[in-house]
Amino acid sequence: MELKNEKLVRMVNISKYFGEVAALRKENFEVGYNEVVGLIGDNGAGKSTLIKILTGVHPPGKGRIYFQGEEITYHSVERARELGIETVYQERALGEQQALWKNIFMGREMTTHLGFLQVKKAKKETERILKEVIGFTAAGLTPDSIVERLSGGEKQGVAIARALHFKAKLIILDEPTMGLSLSETKKVLNFVKGIKEQGKSCIFITHNIYHVYPVADRFVVLDRGRTVGEFIKKDISLEKLVNKLYLVARTGEISQN
Amino acid sequence: MLKRYLKLSEFKLQWSIFAVLVALFTLFIMGAPRIFLAPDMYYSFMSTIPFMTIMALALTPVIICKEIDLSFPSVMGISAWMFASLSASTGNPTLALIISLITGLLAGLLNGILVVKVGIPSLIVTIGTMFFWKGLVLVFSAAGGITLVPLRGTILFQSLVGRIGGVIPAQALWAVGLAFLFWLILNRHKFGTHIYFTGDNIESARMMGIPVNKVKILVFTQLGFFAAFAGILLDLEMSYYWPTSGEGYLLETIAAVFLGGTSAFGGMGTIFGTFIGCIIIGSLESGIISVGLSGYWTNLIYGLVIVISVSIHSILRRRT
Repeated sequence: MELKNEKLVRMVNISKYFGEVAALRKENFEVGYNEVVGLIGDNGAGKSTLIKILTGVHPPGKGRIYFQGEEITYHSVERARELGIETVYQERALGEQQALWKNIFMGREMTTHLGFLQVKKAKKETERILKEVIGFTAAGLTPDSIVERLSGGEKQGVAIARALHFKAKLIILDEPTMGLSLSETKKVLNFVKGIKEQGKSCIFITHNIYHVYPVADRFVVLDRGRTVGEFIKKDISLEKLVNKLYLVARTGEISQN
Repeated sequence: MLKRYLKLSEFKLQWSIFAVLVALFTLFIMGAPRIFLAPDMYYSFMSTIPFMTIMALALTPVIICKEIDLSFPSVMGISAWMFASLSASTGNPTLALIISLITGLLAGLLNGILVVKVGIPSLIVTIGTMFFWKGLVLVFSAAGGITLVPLRGTILFQSLVGRIGGVIPAQALWAVGLAFLFWLILNRHKFGTHIYFTGDNIESARMMGIPVNKVKILVFTQLGFFAAFAGILLDLEMSYYWPTSGEGYLLETIAAVFLGGTSAFGGMGTIFGTFIGCIIIGSLESGIISVGLSGYWTNLIYGLVIVISVSIHSILRRRT
């Protein structure tokens, strides 16, 4: 049941200190249903702390987290996954030396009662997932392909397809375009569109506004542990957004007008 | 283009190690045809190589997990002592067998816990436990041997190290059977997949819900268990417990695993490779002596075979 005004994720008044250092200060953050949020900010702005709290890696120091309107009281990595929150890290998502089909089912193998792999079934399903879930096609790519041989963008495609297949409701992409060539970046952005088309939500973490602008619905700008700006795409042009970001970089503030 | 994604090198790697084996045996046959074309030499290999093979099979998943264990020969030693002294003192070899296997299992478990829960690198932990078990054996046994001759002819003896059809050593069948079991687990079972992912990319494995700590502990535990099993087989084969049991197995077993193409970087390795690696390492010394070289050449040739094979693996892996 999706309530009309309910958000998929609501993080309210989140504060987090590491020793004396404030990583987040009374931060509020939301993701709507079927919404792609661009989470923008420099290193140390608090992006990854925010995400780690959401995905159960860090406990929040203070504050509340709601998922589909219900408060999450005991949060952990397992709990986040059960809820349907999946993170796709560029470098850390896949086992490079293993076959593609094994990666798709990593940790959730298709097995018989005794735990033996259903190899044929899993390979067939892998083909279907890649094709149907995100329209992933690449010449010569088969379920037996070794992940190491895939390009950076293709690897992300596999990781995203995997997350969508396993009913993720929210997919978090951590710097998905970092270090990728232009054509690879394009592929990744297409995969993000695929997430949206599947009716799912996405947090796209980046410090490259040019990459996230075409695919996001809303932008949240973090600086030194708090939100300094929030923009709906249809209200702001890329140019204006870029100017605002320069302003943050210089002053740490964004004028909202 | 079509070949871009496939990893043909993994097959090539297995063929290359097999080719090394064939090349060596060709040399042996040419150098000593009378010895290497007669079955006796092969029966002898079948009686000696299995001890190392069983431990190498069990060591393979540990190395695939990107860990190492240096203590298994000492675990073999303590278990061998345990089996010998208990069956001598109680007269019940089955009980001795069970307790000895449990000892090995617990020793492996201890390694696993120290690595995973205490967080000590396995190289360091197992240097410690290696000395510990070895020292314990010396203290307990007071460096004395134990005869196991009374066990000859028992069903236990026959089924573990008897001669099938009067010629084939039972331990060879155990080694082959276990090789199949390990292959099955690594390639066709969920646990095997978890082992590969744990060694390949522990962060993503953890993120994807693979219980990486449990995987590592289990992997160390089974090595302890199979080291004990090898120790018992050795006791029975010799019909005597030597306080030096286990010595000399460390480097040869590790070399066999690496020779077989298992990568020290984790996530890669095959049972087929390990099995062939064991045959190579286990037959090299006899081969060298049979062709008329003095025993002094053994280490040098070990070194050459290992370095050349591992270089071939590395080159095959790099080429895409």
